[in-house]
Amino acid sequence: MRTPLRPLARVLQARQEGLNPDSIEKENLKLRHDALREKSRGRAQFRMLILCASFVMAFGTIGARMGLMAATEPTEPRARATGAEIIAQRADITDRNGRVLATNMATHALYAHPKDMVDPKGTAQKLAELFPELDAKALERRFTDGRRFVWIRKVLSPEQMQKVHEIGDPGLLFGPREMRLYPNGTLAAHILGGSSFGAEGVHSAEVIGVAGIEKAMDARLRDPAQGGKPLTLSIDLTLQSATEEVLASGMTMLNAKGATAILMDARTGEILTMASLPTFDPNDRPNPLADPNAEPGDSPLFNRAVQGVYELGSTFKIFATAQALELGLLQPDSMVDANAPMQWGRHRISEFEGKNYGPLLSVTDVIAKSSNVGTAHIALMIGALRQQAFLKSLGFFEPTSVELIEAPGARPLIPRRWPEIVTITASYGHGLSASPLHLAVAYAAIANGGVAIKPTLLKREGPTTGVRVMSETTAYESVRMLRRVVTEGTASLGEVPGYEVAGKTGTADKPKRTGGYYEDKVVNTFAAVFPASNPQYVLVVTLDEPQDDTLSQPRRTAGWTAVPVAAEIIRRVAPLMGLRPKLEPVVVDAVTAASN
Amino acid sequence: MRSVLYVLSFLALIALGFWAYRENYATQAALKEVEALQSQIVGLHEALTVQKAEWAYLNRPDRLRDLATANFDRLGLLPMEPSQFGTAAQVAYPRPKLPDISFTQDVRGTITGEAEGL
Repeated sequence: MRTPLRPLARVLQARQEGLNPDSIEKENLKLRHDALREKSRGRAQFRMLILCASFVMAFGTIGARMGLMAATEPTEPRARATGAEIIAQRADITDRNGRVLATNMATHALYAHPKDMVDPKGTAQKLAELFPELDAKALERRFTDGRRFVWIRKVLSPEQMQKVHEIGDPGLLFGPREMRLYPNGTLAAHILGGSSFGAEGVHSAEVIGVAGIEKAMDARLRDPAQGGKPLTLSIDLTLQSATEEVLASGMTMLNAKGATAILMDARTGEILTMASLPTFDPNDRPNPLADPNAEPGDSPLFNRAVQGVYELGSTFKIFATAQALELGLLQPDSMVDANAPMQWGRHRISEFEGKNYGPLLSVTDVIAKSSNVGTAHIALMIGALRQQAFLKSLGFFEPTSVELIEAPGARPLIPRRWPEIVTITASYGHGLSASPLHLAVAYAAIANGGVAIKPTLLKREGPTTGVRVMSETTAYESVRMLRRVVTEGTASLGEVPGYEVAGKTGTADKPKRTGGYYEDKVVNTFAAVFPASNPQYVLVVTLDEPQDDTLSQPRRTAGWTAVPVAAEIIRRVAPLMGLRPKLEPVVVDAVTAASN
Repeated sequence: MRSVLYVLSFLALIALGFWAYRENYATQAALKEVEALQSQIVGLHEALTVQKAEWAYLNRPDRLRDLATANFDRLGLLPMEPSQFGTAAQVAYPRPKLPDISFTQDVRGTITGEAEGL
């Protein structure tokens, strides 16, 4: 109801009292304004409240949804536009022919909700019987101390899972797991490395690489964008298996502590086999050695091919002669001073067993006879700076770039200063250490006509390019010299009929931890290139502390240890690669008769 | 006129409601089927990976080598040797097909050579 501004009764009364009736109007107007203001204020407040509530509701909904999404387990979308692609969590690893080296298998993990358990004591007892590594008492304590959740085992085999089912306690639960499986066991163990679980939940767990290529290529293997496409390695399973077999029997026969072999395609840098013994099973990766004083090389986890940084001995001599040829200082038939022993300041450089091949020796014979003094004189002609630059271009100053997590850590040991005595010792592979893989890479440069290549464990498509480090003529002459080492030099046991093996032996005394060298402990290396007329492959075999006891006096030179092993590897592996021997094939009578 | 429109739109509403109801259930059914198919695919995929792993495990070189040794009497398998490479010249030509001579054939005429003493 609207109240009038000038109610007649009050106006009349005011007139009688002699008051101004306008004040009544003003008063009423004020009252009316007040009421209006009050009303609109209430309305505004109500609107604000509504607005506030809707904001709270909107943000609350979003927040609740976010919380819900974060808290719940992820599920597959129910409907998808494209074909449902169910991919493995981690990509497979295969060899170059697609044979599986690492794959995944669905298994289960075992966990417990002790609150739901009917008989914690009996269950603990039965579990301990089933899994010998579990302790019944400790398990029972964990089941009864009031916790709500207990992990029991990370991985169960289907048979074990059935047996746990048969225990039949409602508190025992299974979570699905994807397990990494290496079906070939110890084969190529050092390349593959191994894997374990990362972040773990009840319904799933991350599989992460812990060593080898599994760790180095972890991001690629877990990349969902790759769609589970397998990672194809350059390794050939058959070759790897044959190499490991021969190497293992060689290591046993020669009483060696360890052995390694690398077979590499000289043109592409693809590593076809890489074996390191002793080995381990990546399915059940052993723990690293706990003893801090133990040599890392004693652990089976140690990859000698990549991490084993040794003085590689006389295998280095070919780099000195190759550089001398490249610089035009010498020709293969030039004569150099090889009068042993050689005196250089306080140092005395002598030959193996105090021999003297001098006074003069041709460059080819320096390599064939493995003359330290001859190489020393060649190195002095080249000079320290040029020698360093050449060895650097062959990759001896940097860790190899192979796709293993261990590779960047295996830095070659280079002398800090490079006086002339280092120039001399480095020329025959003493005083600086590198891994067998470094050596394989450098020999590949000689084998492929003088181009430095990058080693790789991944299958390469198409040709590769590299930096030229020596001319084709130098490379060709160097391979011819290496061939002479096998035909009439220190590696005569390395001859494999039909495959024209060329190579260089190297025997280096093992350094003591306390300084100095062992008298009776050596590292023997044979770096081979084959076939010499058209070099395609490089093989480096290194034996750690071998000893040939077949004769009365133990023999420890590479020619008696690493060379025969390498020859046997080539004899086994070359036919498997389809490499045709350069032989007149044996004519079988029965076959020729039919052609008449 | 207006009441006819009302009735028509009401009927249309009922029809649309019925259609939406059916579509909803059809969608639910399709989703259920997709889910079932997907779980079937997952199951088959898992079986496939297990079988692939088993194939790789059974064909591991160590085992094949042992099997070749154990069955040497029957198979006679040895590691491949360089001498096993042959040349194309060693491959026999297929034998020329000889005509069938198991039956007699009539020959007419005179043998002149013999008559003339050649």
